[in-house]
Amino acid sequence: MAPESDYAKVTQQTVQPDVWLPVLYTVQERKAENRGIVTLKLAPSEAEMIESIEPGQFNMLYAFGIGEIPISISSLWNSQQQLIHTIQDVGTVSKAFCNLVVGDQVGVRGAFGTSWPLEEAKNKDIVILAGGVGIVPLRPLIERILHDRNDYGKLNVLYGARSSENIIFHQDIISWQADPTLNFQITVDHAYSNWRGNVGVVTRLIGNANFDPRNTAAFICGPEIMMNYAVHACLDVDIPEDRVYLSMERNMKCATGFCGHCQFGPYFVCKDGAVFAYPQVKSYLNIAEL
Amino acid sequence: MAKHHAFRTDIKGLISLFSQLSGQGYSQIGPLVRDGAIMLGEIQSFDDLAQGYTDEQAQGHYRIKPIPNKGLFQYAVGPQSFKQYLHPPRRKLWSTNGTNQNFTVETGDKPQKMVFWGVRSCDLEAIKILDRVFLEGAFVNKWYQQAREQLLIIAASCPLPSANCFCTSTHTGPKPESGFDLGVHEISGNNGIYYLIETGSQKGEKLIKKLQLQWASAEELESMERMIEKAASSMKKRFEPTEAAELLKKTLEHKYWDEVGNRCLSCANCTMVCPTCFCTSTEDITDITGEHSERWLRWDSCFNGDFSYIQGGKVRGSTPARYRQWMTHKLSYWYHQFGTSGCVGCGRCVTWCPVGIDITEGLEELAR
Ligand code: SF4
Ligand code: SF4
Ligand code: FES
Repeated sequence: MAPESDYAKVTQQTVQPDVWLPVLYTVQERKAENRGIVTLKLAPSEAEMIESIEPGQFNMLYAFGIGEIPISISSLWNSQQQLIHTIQDVGTVSKAFCNLVVGDQVGVRGAFGTSWPLEEAKNKDIVILAGGVGIVPLRPLIERILHDRNDYGKLNVLYGARSSENIIFHQDIISWQADPTLNFQITVDHAYSNWRGNVGVVTRLIGNANFDPRNTAAFICGPEIMMNYAVHACLDVDIPEDRVYLSMERNMKCATGFCGHCQFGPYFVCKDGAVFAYPQVKSYLNIAEL
Repeated sequence: MAKHHAFRTDIKGLISLFSQLSGQGYSQIGPLVRDGAIMLGEIQSFDDLAQGYTDEQAQGHYRIKPIPNKGLFQYAVGPQSFKQYLHPPRRKLWSTNGTNQNFTVETGDKPQKMVFWGVRSCDLEAIKILDRVFLEGAFVNKWYQQAREQLLIIAASCPLPSANCFCTSTHTGPKPESGFDLGVHEISGNNGIYYLIETGSQKGEKLIKKLQLQWASAEELESMERMIEKAASSMKKRFEPTEAAELLKKTLEHKYWDEVGNRCLSCANCTMVCPTCFCTSTEDITDITGEHSERWLRWDSCFNGDFSYIQGGKVRGSTPARYRQWMTHKLSYWYHQFGTSGCVGCGRCVTWCPVGIDITEGLEELAR
């Protein structure tokens, strides 16, 4: 008898579901966060649904006849059944999502990617640095920490927006500011005359944060340049580099490692990320156009 | 070598194999002459297979010419690889009907039952690499899996590698070692051409049994070994893949990228002809009523402008950056992602580059 070829190995695999097929969801609530940013609450249209999703993960959202985009989960407060996504109108597909109304249907594939490593942050002080819409994937992390508040040390949330008009999640901000167990700091790059708060880059707020660097985990999300500065701000105050985490953005067409678009050095951001520990990406972050 | 037996036949054995497979409902794909090149296509009759040709390849150069030897495999690989049948240039993922409020989703087409004729060792190894990409990760590409499950592979060794072949460097040829159902060796003997056939699977054994062939003699097996040794030693391009992988990690900011980027046209030819390049994009096509829409998958390339587009611009806007992405992915990051090199030494990217850029030369430049 001939030996089993590699081909035979292939044929023994069990038949898998088609990863390209979306699950149908219906828009249950729509909230305009500000001009160009909308939060949608989606509920499964039928029995089938996304099994579970963790802070930092994302779904591929399909708008009927328009296309599909990766969008991170923006809240887990409600339930696992409903999906809450916050979308910024920056292209054809995201615009279609921003224009959806209650009752509209969408397609969802997910959940994809790595999540913020909450286990490793247990019993540590926490520094969260958000730049612009980078606050979106960080909100479910903040929610989770607040939910299990006793498992973590001091909690600092540092948020930088371009101007006061670009601030989102106002209700959360009000409750964060009122919460004595959370140090919330906000700054804007450009201040209008009615702004009474901090002005300047978000990394400066780290001076107002409260933590023991040797026992701290930092979570960062924002534009790549901001993340570069934020990482270094963390390292400058002696947070160990392997406890600095960041969430990367790349073009994504599949989320399953098949389309190649999301590559960043040796990684597929869709499955090796989007959340990375800084040492993983350290040697690639500073190389232009990688 | 331990396992050393093969069957012997003249071309009639292959012809009756072809009829046997036709009777089993296979769509038979193989090399044929079209547009002045050895292309791949469906073979309706055995005569469709390219016969009596060889090719001439150099950097940015390809030509076929008729030769007196009426063999089936006296040329190296042409521009197309079998990738296009397992991972089609365009395929419908699914279609949808309805409105914004209510739509339903239907799956696209299913792959056919196929047999590939004359798969060269490099392309055979390329299929194994695609297996890793599409079957062995966290997710499974179902269409590929279905095509692959039904696939029958008739591999062929290469008597005449081209000047751009370097499968001895990538350890992927010129003799098909595993992963085929039948492996064919075309030997030009003193009394004409004959074929030695090895079996690589139980499917292959079943097919061979029906042909009732005799065993190859010790001398015939020796002629095969000699032919393969000769082919192997004819290849001049040389590098060590694991060393190349390490080198590329250390040379991300080498001046070579600007030099090669200035020559490269960013035309994407190299990625289209490469048997392991797998990148794709999706496309949504909606009819005029707006009530019927289709999602298509199509090949894409890291050389295309929008490939890396995110809000704020293209990550890789310049050609040097794109060339660096292609070469470092292929020869270095691939190990990290799939545990092997992404290059099988087929030489297509060298032959089909309009300006004759050669990745093996690139490695020499980077090592300098
Ligand atoms: S990189 Fe070039 S030589 Fe290597 S497999 Fe691809 S086309 Fe062939
Ligand atoms: S290397 Fe050659 S084939 Fe590849 S994109 Fe550049 S010009 Fe085209
Ligand atoms: S999004 Fe397709 S490979 Fe990552």
